[in-house]
Amino acid sequence: MFNFEQVDVWQRVIEFLQQLINGLALGSILALIALGYTMVYGILRFINFAHGDIFMLGAFAGFYLAPKIAAVLPTPSIWAGLAVMGISMMICAAIGVVIERFAYRPLRRSPKLAVLITAIGVSLFLEYTGQLVFGAAPKKFPDLIPVYPLTQFGGLSINSNQVLVLGVTLLLLLALKFITLKTKIGTAMRALSFNPEAAALMGINTDFVISFTFALGSALAAAAGILYAISYPAIDPLMGILPGLKAFVAAVLGGIGNLPGAALGGLIIGVTETLVSGYISSTYRDAIAFGVLILILLIKPSGLLGKKEVEKV
Amino acid sequence: MLEIKNLAVSYGAITALHGISLSVPAGGIVTLIGSNGAGKTTTLKTISGLLKPKSGEIFYDGKNIAGLPPHQIVKLGLSHVPEGRMIFANLTVMENLQMGAYLQTDRSAVRHALDHVFAAFPRLQERGKQIAGTLSGGEQQMLAIGRALMSKPKLLMLDEPSLGLAPLLVKTIFEKIVEINRQQGITILLVEQNANLALEVSDFGYVLETGKVALQGDSATLRQNPQVKSAYLGGV
Ligand SMILES: Nc1ncnc2c1ncn2[C@@H]1O[C@H](COP(=O)(O)OP(=O)(O)OP(=O)(O)O)[C@@H](O)[C@H]1O
Ligand SMILES: [Mg+2]
Repeated sequence: MFNFEQVDVWQRVIEFLQQLINGLALGSILALIALGYTMVYGILRFINFAHGDIFMLGAFAGFYLAPKIAAVLPTPSIWAGLAVMGISMMICAAIGVVIERFAYRPLRRSPKLAVLITAIGVSLFLEYTGQLVFGAAPKKFPDLIPVYPLTQFGGLSINSNQVLVLGVTLLLLLALKFITLKTKIGTAMRALSFNPEAAALMGINTDFVISFTFALGSALAAAAGILYAISYPAIDPLMGILPGLKAFVAAVLGGIGNLPGAALGGLIIGVTETLVSGYISSTYRDAIAFGVLILILLIKPSGLLGKKEVEKV
Repeated sequence: MLEIKNLAVSYGAITALHGISLSVPAGGIVTLIGSNGAGKTTTLKTISGLLKPKSGEIFYDGKNIAGLPPHQIVKLGLSHVPEGRMIFANLTVMENLQMGAYLQTDRSAVRHALDHVFAAFPRLQERGKQIAGTLSGGEQQMLAIGRALMSKPKLLMLDEPSLGLAPLLVKTIFEKIVEINRQQGITILLVEQNANLALEVSDFGYVLETGKVALQGDSATLRQNPQVKSAYLGGV
């Protein structure tokens, strides 16, 4: 009897660890998307609701790039995967810059609501254009990267994909941290987010810094799109909606405008969602993020790591 | 060096400047005084490109800079210390100064500018790693001026550097301003409500009233002017 119970506990621990790892992998992807929301908010004080669709475009860029890369690099291989991810990030960076330039910049001095509605318009535009160009039916994302099981220890199954997702996310977070804290353009981003007028008086070309911010955020979303597609290989033009909304909640949870907060928020949402669907019911999986949103708005609207924003006069 | 002709600026339907003209000769200190809402800040913001003029011209070294974006104006050697200091409270003192030198690509030039700033404000050197938002008011003003000097300007515009500072500190800051003018040869356009002090340190003054130049003259002469005395110098 005693012995039996011990085995039972062991099983539960393994199961929990399994859920945790799955949750962290999903959370990493949400974290990468959330960073784009929070960066743009930090600089322009508006929510770019088209950001989730950049994630979708990242996955589709990968879909169309994969055969081209396969012609020059052995596929599936880690190098092919990285090449596809790199190029997809560049393509989406350019798309992000173009969207800002033509949809948001003309409204720089308009009421925030106008920009917000425009962002929703851009989002719908990307989704429907996606359906027109790519087709509405889900597509199978090609096998870019070989998947190996890493451990089956005691029923715990971790594969190379999960490690890859976590590893790539970690590298991207470190790169982002370096850019924002140690480079001139990163310092300019922080200066601009604090006071755009003063930043302009320093000789900072604020339009350029804003473009750069969109490029950075969109590149991270594209990376998330690729990581998502290698983990869940059915992609379609509306795939950005739910992850986009969840990542937005993650950014709010961490404290909108706060970069470490967005990363943390993403991980928390990913893990919570996985645990709830594993232990309670998968029916509620997609509702978790919104429950979290309501809770955070009630308890700490400034978010976990956010500071109370003093309304500037 | 700076020549403004018939400059008019409005905020939507509100006209803040009704065609003002003023001139700042190279090497001098010119002050712009006037009561609340006279249009002093508006004038500086328009010169530095934060606001677009409705009409009029701003010649800097013979070139009309009216309507250029701020970063191009900074490049020409104009630097603006804004009202309320506007330091980057979320950055360190050092990062604030680096932002001041944003357009400087030559490292040794940045180093050189930094040496000058630290020589003028040794306090800033001690506080290099401190988050700027935690500096005292006086230190923040020093940082705002130091940051503006990092771009190696030829013309420095200061908007109410005395604002919210204790009298003793105001005196120190004004001494520094004169020092910057004399030792580094930087031309200064000084906006002040503290007319007494401003007319004391400057060579020439303009009195602004509801968006128009009401009076102008040598600072020494203006200080004797009965109108200026009663309205701005608190005299009887
Ligand atoms: N953003 C704005 N929108 C509308 N009106 C403005 C704005 N900024 C300034 N004004 C108006 O323009 C006029 C000039 O303002 P300005 O700030 O240039 O005055 P000032 O001389 O600097 O005053 P102070 O000494 O109080 O700083 C004022 O009547 C002010 O109300
Ligand atoms: Mg003012």
